[in-house]
Amino acid sequence: MKAPPAPATVSLRLQGAAAVRPGFTPARLGATLAVAAALLLLLGLAAGAEGWSFAWRAEVELISAIRAPRSLGALLCGALLGLAGALAQGLFRNPLADPYLLGSAAGAGLGVVLVLAAGGLLGATMGLATAGALMRLGLVGAAFTGALLGMALTLLLARGAARPLVLLLAGVVVGVLLTALSDLVILLSPEALRGKQVFLLGSTSFFGWPSVWTMGAALVVALPLSLLLARALDALVLGDDSAASLGLPLPRLRLLLVALMALATGTAVAQAGLVAFVGLVAPHLVRRAVVVRHGLLLALSALAGGVLLLAADIAARSLLAPRELPVGVLTAVLGGVYLMWLLRRRMAA
Amino acid sequence: MRVASLVGAVPAPNVPTRLADGSVAVLGARDLVLCLGGRRVVDGLSLDLRPGEWTAVVGPNGAGKSTLLQLLAGLRAPDAGQVQLAGRPLLDWPPRQRAQQLAWLSQQGEAEGDIAARDVVRLGRLPRHGLLGLPEAADEAAVDAAMAETECSSWAASRLNDLSGGERQRVLLARALAVDAGVLLLDEPTTHLDAPHQRAVLRSLAARAQAGAAVAVVLHDLTLALAADRVLLMQAGRLVADGAPGDPALHTALVAVFDAAFSIEAVSAQGRRRWVAVPTL
Repeated sequence: MKAPPAPATVSLRLQGAAAVRPGFTPARLGATLAVAAALLLLLGLAAGAEGWSFAWRAEVELISAIRAPRSLGALLCGALLGLAGALAQGLFRNPLADPYLLGSAAGAGLGVVLVLAAGGLLGATMGLATAGALMRLGLVGAAFTGALLGMALTLLLARGAARPLVLLLAGVVVGVLLTALSDLVILLSPEALRGKQVFLLGSTSFFGWPSVWTMGAALVVALPLSLLLARALDALVLGDDSAASLGLPLPRLRLLLVALMALATGTAVAQAGLVAFVGLVAPHLVRRAVVVRHGLLLALSALAGGVLLLAADIAARSLLAPRELPVGVLTAVLGGVYLMWLLRRRMAA
Repeated sequence: MRVASLVGAVPAPNVPTRLADGSVAVLGARDLVLCLGGRRVVDGLSLDLRPGEWTAVVGPNGAGKSTLLQLLAGLRAPDAGQVQLAGRPLLDWPPRQRAQQLAWLSQQGEAEGDIAARDVVRLGRLPRHGLLGLPEAADEAAVDAAMAETECSSWAASRLNDLSGGERQRVLLARALAVDAGVLLLDEPTTHLDAPHQRAVLRSLAARAQAGAAVAVVLHDLTLALAADRVLLMQAGRLVADGAPGDPALHTALVAVFDAAFSIEAVSAQGRRRWVAVPTL
């Protein structure tokens, strides 16, 4: 069996191509990303703990139970993060805004810690397997609820989404508060720390078909609605007053867009934990490659986010096989390197 | 309010107010007051803007010119007083209908982003086709015309952030012109522009006024302002003079308000009598 090229180089070459060629048309970028997604999906079906295997017929069960949902899940999770990142950057008119800004990360963390601590109390009374399955379900639900509550608290504190700067500050405050609460729970119930780390580290390895359906449903709701409202993000480019002078009901539109961002981020966090940088980098790469309005930016960022996370997931599975890297660690390293490169370019310019 | 509109006490939209001298006003302000940080930034100011007239608003820094324009555009609610657009209180207008009637251009510096210049200008048509509607041929034609008017068609595909200050200003001005509104409120549209493009802006504003628009422009350059049909002089939130560029009372007030930093001289240029502000050094 011949080993295909390492997936990490595939994704790097893709980034390079997008960054270097300014003449990329949106259609060509979209087609390239779609082809990359299809190829990576096939590759994802072949990447296992034992190395690469393309004998799909012999491994139907393994593929349909593990590799298919995991690969599809990575694609969908990345798409949710890419979409949320593009929404955040448009809403806050800041190319470095990140979907985790508004208290979602800390909220998810607190939710998970609470369930783990409660589970620690209950765990002794239940059978291990039952406890495990219940725990997993409870963790996903808690992370989702926590992320949404974190963002709701941020909105409440900022009294709506009308003032972006106030909203950002409220996000910081909520983040600090909820993290402190998590720390307090961990202090009382130390075993929750390990579980929280494992769950929120950013991992695609838990994805099963339920995750795929959940994330697919969230994307089916969030993407079309975001596209519908994308012109409001275009208008925000002019500044708040000019956008308002165009007759747009900005406070309401902002609230809707934040809600869509919350849905996308909360779903992704609940299924995969905190996958760093995908939401920040995907819209960045798209904006560097093409000059587009926010409608196309949102769609292409979702596609690019999916491709990035799937590529990272395949790399995480195969780089150290049979051991596995948490994909969040990998995206953090790649994203960090990308930002450093960006910083150097900025300073040179 | 609702009862009043049922019995017809509130004038229907698009019926301009008739003024005492027989002319009509499309935008009128009565006794506007706005306090910011304990200071009366606009202090009991009344004025009327008439269709077909281009008005320059001048005054020293901090006189309240930009704030006045924001009040006239309905972007701020006054603490006291009222603005009426076509005979109807401005804040009662549905935002989208108001945005079709009234275009506002901010002072530069706010707009920032990676969308193409042409897409920025297209935003001017948003009040026409709506957030969810699609632009029609007429919208694209208005965008083309506005970009041709401010001579910015050649970088239609460039990112806004990649443009120079002057280029950006012309794109943003085209955005305001593309609205095709009956009232144009522009805050220093000639900033960052070289002399030929300043001239182009003023010519196109005069043309818009001739076609029936009411145009109010905040200007720093007094010589440019003295080319308007009418000059409003503001000081400390009040209107201290309001007259034609040749009005001697206006000249006296200008010299007094600006601490005699210039004198106003008559010149004859292009066969017309004109006034220029000559700095006293």
